[in-house]
Amino acid sequence: MSVDRRFLLKSFAAAGAAAAAGGTIEARARAVAPADALGLLYDSTRCIGCKACVVACRQANDTKPETQNSPGGIWDTPMDLDGNTKTVVKLYKSADGYQRSFFKAQCMHCVDPACTNACMLGALKKREHGIVSYNPNLCIGCRYCQMACPFNVPKFQWSSAAPKIVKCELCRHRVAGAALSSVGGFSRYPASHGPACAEVCPRAAVIYGTRDELLAEAKRRMAESPDRYVPKIYGETDGGGTQCLYLSHVPFGDLGLPALSDQAVPDVQQTIQHGIYQGFVAPLALYGMLTAAVFRNRKRAAPDDDREEGGRPS
Amino acid sequence: MTDRPQALGGPILTRPVRILLALFAVGAILIVWRLGAGLGATTALSDGYPWGLWIAFDVVTGTALACGGYGLALLVYILNKGRYHPMVRPAILTSALGYTLAAASIGLDVGRPWLAWKVPMYVWSWNLHSALLEVALCIMSYTVVLWIELSPAFLERFREGPEGRLKRFSQKAYPIVNKLLIWIIALGMLLPTMHQSSLGTLMILTGPKLHALWQTPFLPLLFLISCIAMGYAAVVFESTLATSFFRRRPDTDMLAGLSRAMLPVLGAFLVLRIGDLAARGRLALAFSADRFALAFWVETALFAMPLVLLLPARQRRDPGNLFRAAMFMMLAGAVYRFNTYLVAYRPGDDVHYFPSVPELLITLGLVALEIVGYVAIVKLFPIFSASRQTAAQA
Repeated sequence: MSVDRRFLLKSFAAAGAAAAAGGTIEARARAVAPADALGLLYDSTRCIGCKACVVACRQANDTKPETQNSPGGIWDTPMDLDGNTKTVVKLYKSADGYQRSFFKAQCMHCVDPACTNACMLGALKKREHGIVSYNPNLCIGCRYCQMACPFNVPKFQWSSAAPKIVKCELCRHRVAGAALSSVGGFSRYPASHGPACAEVCPRAAVIYGTRDELLAEAKRRMAESPDRYVPKIYGETDGGGTQCLYLSHVPFGDLGLPALSDQAVPDVQQTIQHGIYQGFVAPLALYGMLTAAVFRNRKRAAPDDDREEGGRPS
Repeated sequence: MTDRPQALGGPILTRPVRILLALFAVGAILIVWRLGAGLGATTALSDGYPWGLWIAFDVVTGTALACGGYGLALLVYILNKGRYHPMVRPAILTSALGYTLAAASIGLDVGRPWLAWKVPMYVWSWNLHSALLEVALCIMSYTVVLWIELSPAFLERFREGPEGRLKRFSQKAYPIVNKLLIWIIALGMLLPTMHQSSLGTLMILTGPKLHALWQTPFLPLLFLISCIAMGYAAVVFESTLATSFFRRRPDTDMLAGLSRAMLPVLGAFLVLRIGDLAARGRLALAFSADRFALAFWVETALFAMPLVLLLPARQRRDPGNLFRAAMFMMLAGAVYRFNTYLVAYRPGDDVHYFPSVPELLITLGLVALEIVGYVAIVKLFPIFSASRQTAAQA
């Protein structure tokens, strides 16, 4: 066995250890929502499906009504979130038609989002109040955020030649310097500075506030009428926790919310990536070893020198 | 001077090349349409399947098939098997063309390509958590590295060419490139190790959206191992084709050796693939009656085929058998990648994807251009070793 082969084995062992690090390395620290994290609480038992929130969202975000699905093209009837629709209300009907529930979809504003981990230049990033915000100037339209999001929230303007990613940003553009103050136990902006969908809801089926306030409110409602709800607040821990929370009288899976473990969605990938690339030590070490190996072997491999090295492989 | 590479010479615009150029022309027209009209009008992509043929084939499969240069470099410079050296240049050429094609496809696939320059330049905005950023930077730099690795072939020709600026430049540059080459070659092994594994890491982030038969923390290792086997297979494939098209004497000895090198790599892949599923109790999913189990078995059977074909030493002397094994290997790696990126990716119940005609024709056109580039470069520049030339050529 030549020196080079031993060298090779050692290098591969090192590379293998780095690659296998994913399984052994300590999981990364669990992300915690900032104390002023803003979110929504949607309560399916209160929602009457009036879609005032959808209209308010259109006005606040200047998006066009989606009329192509309605007879005569006269009603705004988006079928799902899309490149022009940041929130939508859908109806769930059980197979026997007996159980029904509305469901409002929009960005969940995850505590530890997959999309912000995916994004190359941080076009999607958690900014003030933990809001997952979009900056088109840093977006090249790779759509990895769409691949990564477990809720399929980020949408793309497919029909545009200069497309952007579209998703709820909790109406952060409406804040315009306004300050939060405490109103009835919730952090609130002055009227028409907060999330439009929550401000307009006639039934308080969707309300906004800090994540802690909303969690407390959800627990209060559940304690008040325990028979009314599935005994779980979706988003409290699911996928590492979200800033938008859900209460429901039908199983969350039926509403289209995915069954996620308590582990943050990016955890596995980030643990592996960090294991291999921590401080860029492993790649640099590997580069050093590779250079040394090339340095030793290159002379012998030169085209002018046909000498056989080592055993024939066949 | 036993085995210096030599330009093959001969006419470039042969009939097959003209046909390929016509295919590329169709693709080029559609590329203009894609850039003008947007992705929605030209592709079958949707919010459910934001990544389609261009990512799964051109980028993820294409760069893995272009790993011949990487695999051979590992053999020659790390395993110290100098006898494969004559195969390095043709392999580097295919790799350089394959990666250039992948880079071009990414440029078409992203929605806002006019901002793509920000990815390497906006260092202060780099999201170091993004596996895609690593892939993007690695693919960009590896494409450059490959052309530098190949540059001696161009410089060798120009420094012996007609007097002029090009000749003087080549004479000056050649020794410099030669000195730097050690660092470049090592980089040419580091970068694919990084991004070929990261192409697997990318899909880990899709979490539960990727079917449990494919979703595993070992995706990076599985992608890395399979790309090496695919690289060897691509060299065998391309070498066999070049032998018959350019009427050269076959390198059966070397191809047999390369095919043998595929065996431990393939074995490692299958052991890890099945072992990982078994260890995490997911093997049962392979026996449920659905399309995922079917896709899994097609993929696994394709991986087992080259193993069966190449295991008997006698069969490794049969060029036809080597060629078949190489094709199965390339197909296996491609199917594994298509499964991971498309078939086993389930964004929701009512979402489907099949590439549109423009998507298919653009990919076809780019592959055609790649082949034309290959033919032109091997005829004009010293890529193939001279010792395999037949009398008919000389």
